[in-house]
Amino acid sequence: MSDLSAYDQTQEAGFGDYVQLLKPRVMSLVVFTAMVGLIVAPVPVHPFVAFTAILFIALGGGASGALNMWYDADIDRVMRRTSGRPIPAGRVSEGEALAFGLALSAISVLMLGLAANWFAGAFLAFTIFFYAVVYTIWLKRSTPQNIVIGGAAGAFPPMIGWAVATGGVSVESVLMFLLVFMWTPPHFWALALFMKDDYSNAGVPMLTVTHGRPATRKHIFVYTLILVPCALALALSSIGGPVTLAAAIVLNALFIRGAYRILRRDEAVAEADRYKAERGFFKLSLAYLFLHFGALLVEASLKPFGLGGW
Amino acid sequence: MAIQPEHEIHRRRWSRNLGLGLVLGAFVVLVFGLTIVKVSRQDEHGNPPGAEASQ
Repeated sequence: MSDLSAYDQTQEAGFGDYVQLLKPRVMSLVVFTAMVGLIVAPVPVHPFVAFTAILFIALGGGASGALNMWYDADIDRVMRRTSGRPIPAGRVSEGEALAFGLALSAISVLMLGLAANWFAGAFLAFTIFFYAVVYTIWLKRSTPQNIVIGGAAGAFPPMIGWAVATGGVSVESVLMFLLVFMWTPPHFWALALFMKDDYSNAGVPMLTVTHGRPATRKHIFVYTLILVPCALALALSSIGGPVTLAAAIVLNALFIRGAYRILRRDEAVAEADRYKAERGFFKLSLAYLFLHFGALLVEASLKPFGLGGW
Repeated sequence: MAIQPEHEIHRRRWSRNLGLGLVLGAFVVLVFGLTIVKVSRQDEHGNPPGAEASQ
């Protein structure tokens, strides 16, 4: 090898490691829902302002991801799925991730405030605080309901998008929030059923560990039943319409069926077919959210032609 | 005992510097674009669109 063998022990971060700190996959959900929230709002926004606003909402979401990775570095080291992340792998130091997260939080909030309005900026700041402090630092390690309350952080982006356009909050934006908020627990618990992460070693009270898998199956079903009226109310609101209602009816029927299947199964059956129903439900949950917001987008794009909406 | 000019660490440093350079460049373009949009949409009194003209 090289004569400078001391260098081989130095894990220097590449650009991709900093991108990885921003949790790009979570960011894609943030971008999509914030964009829909902004487009379906009744106040038109200049396309460049809209682009900038969504970019900085995404950056704010990424910043909270970096803060999450900073605080959760000890958990990430223990769990196999997360041990390759930049901090546990030794490519980025914890202090660096903290500084990165704080700096990007400040930049994203300031830029969103300047580009759109200060209400949207403050809302983004609150969302980052909620995810980094309320969820990551406070709830994640103290309650098995962590996913439920933490889901709020992921549900705020469409409300921020709406706030960029209108400068405020309304029934429609609260309904978009509720859709993502109530969707998160069944989505994540289905994943927890088949991923079997070693949360117990990491000291994270996951529902599957604290209350057992049968209780998790019940929780998935009950939360799915609560989700349905939220989805239907959104479809019947002023930003909904026939397309959204049709999509909501089909998707919710499929979702209830999937949740009922999960409820009826036990571990032995699930092990036998390698969690086929749970995996199927998880995939369906991704399509569920994407198609609901997609339908709202279709509704908004049909309005200029006198179609769409109620 | 010649020092190898190219090492993994240099490649990573280069990717980081290039990435940061591009991000900063994009940020400048973004702020410039935003300024143009904001200024061009003001009325003759310097008010943003939708705002009442100041007395």
